[in-house]
Amino acid sequence: MTATTTVTPVVQGVNLVKTFGRVVALDGTNFELFPGEVLAVVGDNGAGKSSLIKCFSGAHTPDAGEMYIQGERVEFKSTNEARKHGVETVFQTLAVSPALDIASNLYLGREVRKGGFVGKVFRTLDKKRMRTESAAHLKNLGISTLQNITQAVETLSGGQRQAVAVARAAAFGSQVIILDEPTAALGVNESARVLKMIQDLRDRGLSVILISHNMPQVFEVADRIHVARLGRRAAVVTPQTASMNDVVAIMTGAMTVPEDQQQLTPIR
Amino acid sequence: MSTPSVSPADLAEEFMERRTALQRVQGVLHKYPYLSPLIVLLICVIVFYALNDRFLLPQNISFVTQQTVVVGTLAIAQTLVILTAGIDLSIGAATTLAQMMMANLAVYATASNVLPFAGQNPYLAIAAGIGVGVLTGVLNGFLIVRLNLPPFIVTLGTLSIFTALTLILFKARTIQNKEMPDVMKWLGNTFQIGEFQLLYGVVLMIILYVVFGYILKNTAWGLHVYAVGDDPNAAELSGISTKRVIFSVYVVSGLVIGLAAWLTIGRVGSASPNPDPLLNLDTITAVVIGGTSLFGGRGTLLGTLIGALIITVVQNGLSLAGLDQAYRVLAVGILVIAAVATDQWIRKVKA
Repeated sequence: MTATTTVTPVVQGVNLVKTFGRVVALDGTNFELFPGEVLAVVGDNGAGKSSLIKCFSGAHTPDAGEMYIQGERVEFKSTNEARKHGVETVFQTLAVSPALDIASNLYLGREVRKGGFVGKVFRTLDKKRMRTESAAHLKNLGISTLQNITQAVETLSGGQRQAVAVARAAAFGSQVIILDEPTAALGVNESARVLKMIQDLRDRGLSVILISHNMPQVFEVADRIHVARLGRRAAVVTPQTASMNDVVAIMTGAMTVPEDQQQLTPIR
Repeated sequence: MSTPSVSPADLAEEFMERRTALQRVQGVLHKYPYLSPLIVLLICVIVFYALNDRFLLPQNISFVTQQTVVVGTLAIAQTLVILTAGIDLSIGAATTLAQMMMANLAVYATASNVLPFAGQNPYLAIAAGIGVGVLTGVLNGFLIVRLNLPPFIVTLGTLSIFTALTLILFKARTIQNKEMPDVMKWLGNTFQIGEFQLLYGVVLMIILYVVFGYILKNTAWGLHVYAVGDDPNAAELSGISTKRVIFSVYVVSGLVIGLAAWLTIGRVGSASPNPDPLLNLDTITAVVIGGTSLFGGRGTLLGTLIGALIITVVQNGLSLAGLDQAYRVLAVGILVIAAVATDQWIRKVKA
């Protein structure tokens, strides 16, 4: 492993700072996500995991620091701007609209209008197309338990809602998919399905950021592990070079890893 | 030992799919929220017809539509607002303000001591009145979105403001029927279909229902109105500008209020500076009885129209049956509580 590399990170953050009043969520943290990898972000509560990814998904605007997507400097003021750069997020709250149906949720905020006169003048939505394409997206991800695409999301189980949120991100994310605690509310079988989805997304060439508290899951799918501590990056390790205990030790500050032993370069 | 023909999981599956009759009803009502008000309306019609068979005569049905038209039209504006989990308490006062602006602008002789530019072309006066309606929406929307104030408080305040403005600007003077040009009262004219006498205003109301029904169901804006009312955080994270949607809802409802002001002049035949004290609550009642959730995000315009009809049908039917109007108030009160209770129950639906 040499430190010299010419690979441009898909997502890069340099010295990001984010404060909420007197609470410092990000204290000059650095971040790199390389093409085609699954990067897990772990850390204790309040270590700045969610704040970090919310900067990249456009939900927060950092107070200071720079963000780059594919080497291009970006500033996101809304989730829509992040989406335009191909960054899709599955938020911990899922951000689905319970009363709307599955297809409407998949296309929420980027509805497809009918072509021609009807679409231009009357702004009619092309519901049929959105429904067929939604069904196709769900099928692509191997989610066949949802029989009816016009079902309201509130009538679905927790795992099915999660699947809808992941399907939405996977359908539109062209570069990066960020998943914030995607398995927190799920059972063992449903979690396994989400992990499988993450691997499928990587196999399709997407880069994935996974926030999780669940160490076994992190060690199962992650290529590299970004350990956050007190608003900074404590270390980046790999499942091969560090054990779960090591990671927990880094999280709590009981262990530090010198930079030359960290995995700051792509491994894929 | 023989192996069981079904695994335990399959046994559980059977129970998961099992639904009681009540749950099936719940599911259907959840899918078609206008069904429960429709059933109530049908029951009312049958009961009142049994009490007095004049109830279903064409003259009486025509009369019911005329009685519904003002509340029915304003209820469109109220539905849009309530779908975003807001509420508009100023709707009656705003209608009166817009209506007085129209009437006073168009009438020279008496209004010239109030408005220096009175005595305008009636078309211009109507346009100005509708403009005032839009402006009331802009003010409400601005206060709610920009200053982050709860809609209940904002519209409670503007209720007083619009009422006071009406009295300050136009004094407490009613503009009489014969003073106003015919255009102002045009929506109060009737036309004959068979034995039914319909107001032009009723046609306007139905057109508005069709247009807004279409917009809510088939445009991105309509979907966003539902999404914003349902879960504003989710909507924002999905890339919808919730503030813009909410602001636009109040402006659009202001436009409907402006049209309703014109309609009220035609329906009443004069322009009074004192708003009908029940107008606010009647619009909210129509929306709630119509199956729209006060918590936002669910409901239909069709339900609202049915809700507005229920209010007038109850009123009309009770007076035909020779009962006191107090029973109407009683009945509407019970219906509102029943409607909200049903809404709470329907929300708990599972697939």
